[in-house]
Amino acid sequence: MMAATEAGAPVQPDIAARAATAPHVPRIQLQGIVKTFPGVRALDGVDLEIAAGEVHVLFGENGAGKSTIINIIAGVLRPDGGSYAYEGKAVSGLTPHQARELGISAVFQEFSLVPELTVEQNIFLGREPVRAGFIDRRRMREKSLEVLARLGFKLEPQARIGRLSRAQQQMVEIAKAVLSNAKVLILDEPTASLTDAESERLFELVGELRQTGVSIIYVSHRMREISRIADRITVLRDGRRIATVHNHEVTDAQLIELMTGRKIDILFPPVSHKPGAVMLRTQGLTLAGGAVIDASIEVAGGEIVGIAGLAGCGKSELVRAVFGLEPITDGRVELQGSALTSLSPSAALRAGICYFPSDRATEGLALGRPIRENASMAALDQATLARRGVLNKRGERSVITSVLERLKLRPLHIERQVGNLSGGNRQKVLLARGLSRPLKVYLFDEPTVGIDVGAKFEVYDAIKAIVEEGNAVVLVSSELPEIMGLSNRIYVMHAGRVVAQLPGKGVAEADILAHFFPHEPVSVDQGGTA
Amino acid sequence: MKAYAKAGAGRLLDLGLLPLALVVLFVGLALTEPRFLGPQNLINVLRGGALLMIVACGQMLVLIVRGMDLSVGSTMALTSVVSALVMAHLAPGSGPGVAITAGIAAGLAVGVVVGLCNGIAVAVFGITPFMVTLAMASIVGGVALSLTNGIPIYGLPEAFVAGLGRTLWLGMPPTVWAAAIVVLLVWIVQKYTALGTRIYAVGGSPQASRVSGIDVRFHLVLAYVGCALAASLASLLLTAQIGSGQGSVGDTLALQSIGAAVIAGVSLHGGVGRVQWVALGSLFLLLLNNAMDLLRVDSKAQAIVMGLLIVLVVALDEFKKRRKIDGH
Repeated sequence: MMAATEAGAPVQPDIAARAATAPHVPRIQLQGIVKTFPGVRALDGVDLEIAAGEVHVLFGENGAGKSTIINIIAGVLRPDGGSYAYEGKAVSGLTPHQARELGISAVFQEFSLVPELTVEQNIFLGREPVRAGFIDRRRMREKSLEVLARLGFKLEPQARIGRLSRAQQQMVEIAKAVLSNAKVLILDEPTASLTDAESERLFELVGELRQTGVSIIYVSHRMREISRIADRITVLRDGRRIATVHNHEVTDAQLIELMTGRKIDILFPPVSHKPGAVMLRTQGLTLAGGAVIDASIEVAGGEIVGIAGLAGCGKSELVRAVFGLEPITDGRVELQGSALTSLSPSAALRAGICYFPSDRATEGLALGRPIRENASMAALDQATLARRGVLNKRGERSVITSVLERLKLRPLHIERQVGNLSGGNRQKVLLARGLSRPLKVYLFDEPTVGIDVGAKFEVYDAIKAIVEEGNAVVLVSSELPEIMGLSNRIYVMHAGRVVAQLPGKGVAEADILAHFFPHEPVSVDQGGTA
Repeated sequence: MKAYAKAGAGRLLDLGLLPLALVVLFVGLALTEPRFLGPQNLINVLRGGALLMIVACGQMLVLIVRGMDLSVGSTMALTSVVSALVMAHLAPGSGPGVAITAGIAAGLAVGVVVGLCNGIAVAVFGITPFMVTLAMASIVGGVALSLTNGIPIYGLPEAFVAGLGRTLWLGMPPTVWAAAIVVLLVWIVQKYTALGTRIYAVGGSPQASRVSGIDVRFHLVLAYVGCALAASLASLLLTAQIGSGQGSVGDTLALQSIGAAVIAGVSLHGGVGRVQWVALGSLFLLLLNNAMDLLRVDSKAQAIVMGLLIVLVVALDEFKKRRKIDGH
């Protein structure tokens, strides 16, 4: 077990010299960190330095490597290369337990809470106060009430986590991290589900903690928060560190430019939209859990319609409902003017609607089966592939091979196991499934999440080909450049509702972002609400 | 209003149904079957219930950490055989005191070893609990049978059989006292210790537990060892009752202990389960057995009823889980 050293410990001169902004050794120093996942290089030689008592914001698009970095700092992931020093001492083989002993406490987006336990049990999980072998329940109650009061969160210590809302769970998660008297506090999009008042209280708390010398690593892409609390900002893109800047030296526009970095139209193929008759229409669609409320959208044949919004705004649930994966309580789905009577994946496929899930590993693909079977899975009722339940193997092979040739699958071995493929190739297999039967409406849910830049372009090309054949495409994505680069029209969703409809061409990123946070001050307003 | 009614009905289903069924069964039997309230019958029910209770407590620990132990029956068989062999071997030369102590120690050691093997296979090698414990049941059962060739082992010290198996302490069989102590101990651990909370946490969310600095593997192994130890304890008590070591004891206990736990609301999805309910669930199953015995229901039909009941309760558990997910 590693003990944390005091700041007075002997220090190599070059480290001290480089830490110009910090009076002592940086609390955390990462150098050349590399992390590879199957098919993706998540981090490619990232340097990061966190000083004592600073609020350091990590800023970047989805997939830029932010969460990989914080997971490495917190000991959840091991880096494949590079060095990690904590208060000047090299750290290797860190476990979450050791990280906590060092004083590193993390609030992740996927909560580390046990739904079956109570608020106070979760807050104290792994470090329960014990007296004579038994949990000191009075002390536990007192201290959890104390920390909840300090944070201004109205929560019952004995409430069960499973019954709390997402926002309340977020509060427990923060309370848990704050209680541990951490030296490094990692907050991953902590305000995503808090109200303005609660967020404000959190910012004050972050300020107080900084005063006491706590380092805060804050992951966010909300501009307003960043300018409010950050000392320094590190911008990441595609697994690389682009820049580390002081908050007062940089404008919002510069930050966004650093984040996206590229001219949007370079990466995206020019799509010629020829919107024809309305192919797909939802009217007042409302889901059982309230994830989507009264959503009405229209998609014509020959156009790509983008749906943008924050994580959890309901954009994914909307298309899932169209494909019959989410139970609806109200509203209807029309295909070419006639309402679909039953919503189920098999009915949707027969009607010509196909959905490409974002979670390809669990929902999209059978990882242990070959490419050929995965690609033909949804088309086995087609005459070319099977007749009266008996597979036509040769027909299957030729259809799947030709489709994957079009998608530029490399190498073109259709008998390989899907589990061995990279993210980009997996997506191509999924695309091949949609292309192996005639369809009219293609619903893409985060089609390029977790795949590298080269493969992204090929996925975009495939989408372009689909739409230019006159099909309707719905593109749900958390990557704004993707939405802006490909869509003919853009819907923005917030808290389950469709809050804006914008043109795809000539719209500025800030105009779209403004609709992501309707309750925040909006400077630009262009394009009416739907 | 509607939501309240729903929650109320759910809670009735969660908690109220089992005691209610227990009372209905008890009163119904007492009214219709005069032999039921006979002291010998009641003691038999209690003794059987206590035995199942001990095994089910262990089974519950494993279920809470998202596992299961199908090898409890074989563990009981091997414990019975090994402890009887040790006692029969030592009794003539070393006297009953040494023989009984060594026999009990050997029996419990069987539990520790089987539990460690199960736990390490699941926690360290990541094999599914179903496969590990099913294979373990075959291995351990095979060892027990090959040690005995199917012949009971006699020659246990009289003090062991008379003093533990066929006596009453304060009007109750020792097995009942042992079950009471086990239930009380587990209850204290679950309610008042960090260990209990952490076992729930590991079952409720292994990922969250790991991030919270809990040693997930250690707690998994501990649960399997606890389960096998409970089976060994039950087997020692049963061996004393029968008066001989047998390689065939406990063969129905795997399904029965899982059944008792699930009837008591222990979730097969982990993270949920309280020992006091498992105690009631065990009593309920035994009472049901007894009722069918008294009504002269054929033993083959009894097995069918048991199986059906357990599938029904598990289906209800799944249904509750699905409703919970949809409700949000």
